[in-house]
Amino acid sequence: MIVITREDFSVDEVLARFRTGEMGALVTFTGVVRNSSRGREVDRIEIQVYEEMAGRQLEAIREEALERFGVEEVTVIHRHGSLKVSENIMMIAVGAAHRAEAFEACRYVIDEIKKRVPIWKKEITPEGDFWVEGEP
Amino acid sequence: MRVRVRYFASVREVIGLSEEEISVPTGFTIGSLIERLKDAHEPLRHIRNLLVAVNGEFVDMEHGLGEGDVVALFPPVSGG
Repeated sequence: MIVITREDFSVDEVLARFRTGEMGALVTFTGVVRNSSRGREVDRIEIQVYEEMAGRQLEAIREEALERFGVEEVTVIHRHGSLKVSENIMMIAVGAAHRAEAFEACRYVIDEIKKRVPIWKKEITPEGDFWVEGEP
Repeated sequence: MRVRVRYFASVREVIGLSEEEISVPTGFTIGSLIERLKDAHEPLRHIRNLLVAVNGEFVDMEHGLGEGDVVALFPPVSGG
C-alpha cells in the first residue's frame, strides 16, 4: 500500500492490518521531525510533494522491493503539509518470512525514496526558512 | 503544440510561479525547452542540479516532447 496524506498515522494500526500468517518478521522505519538540522534549531517543517509523480515512484520502488528481496508486503505512508517537532513524517513497513530480507528491503525503500521520490522538506527556523536539498 | 510546465520547492520560489503553459514546435526536446525557460526566467540559470521529469518520469535532455506533456522542474529531492 502506498499512501500520501496530510493525516498522521499509527504504526501499530498499520501493522495490525498489514500482518499475515506468512510473515515471521515485520520491520518498520519511522521518520520524524527533529528539532535541529545542520547546526540550526528547527521549529517545524513544511513538506511539499509532487503527488502524481511521487505516487508512481513509490509504487515502482515498492514493486522493486517485493521482487528483489522476495518479501511478502511493503507499505509506505508519507505525509505532507506543516509538521511540528517529533511528529511523524513517514513510515515504511516490510513484512517477510525472515528478518534478513525484511531489513534489506526496508533499507532499500528508504534509500530509493531519498534519491527519486519528488518530495521536499523546508525547515522553519528562528533564522529563517530553508529548503533541504538531497544529493542529486 | 502546448506543454504544461510545473515548478516545485525552491525552484517554484525563485521564479515565483507554480506552473505555466508553453507553446513549442512539434518534436522540441526537453533540453531546448529548458533553454527557453531559462531565457524567460533568469533565476533558473543559477539553480544547480535541476531535475526534470516528463509525465512523472525522469528524462534526459534529448527526450522529445509531445502535445499535452506535463514537464516538472525541481531541485534534488529531500523526502523520507
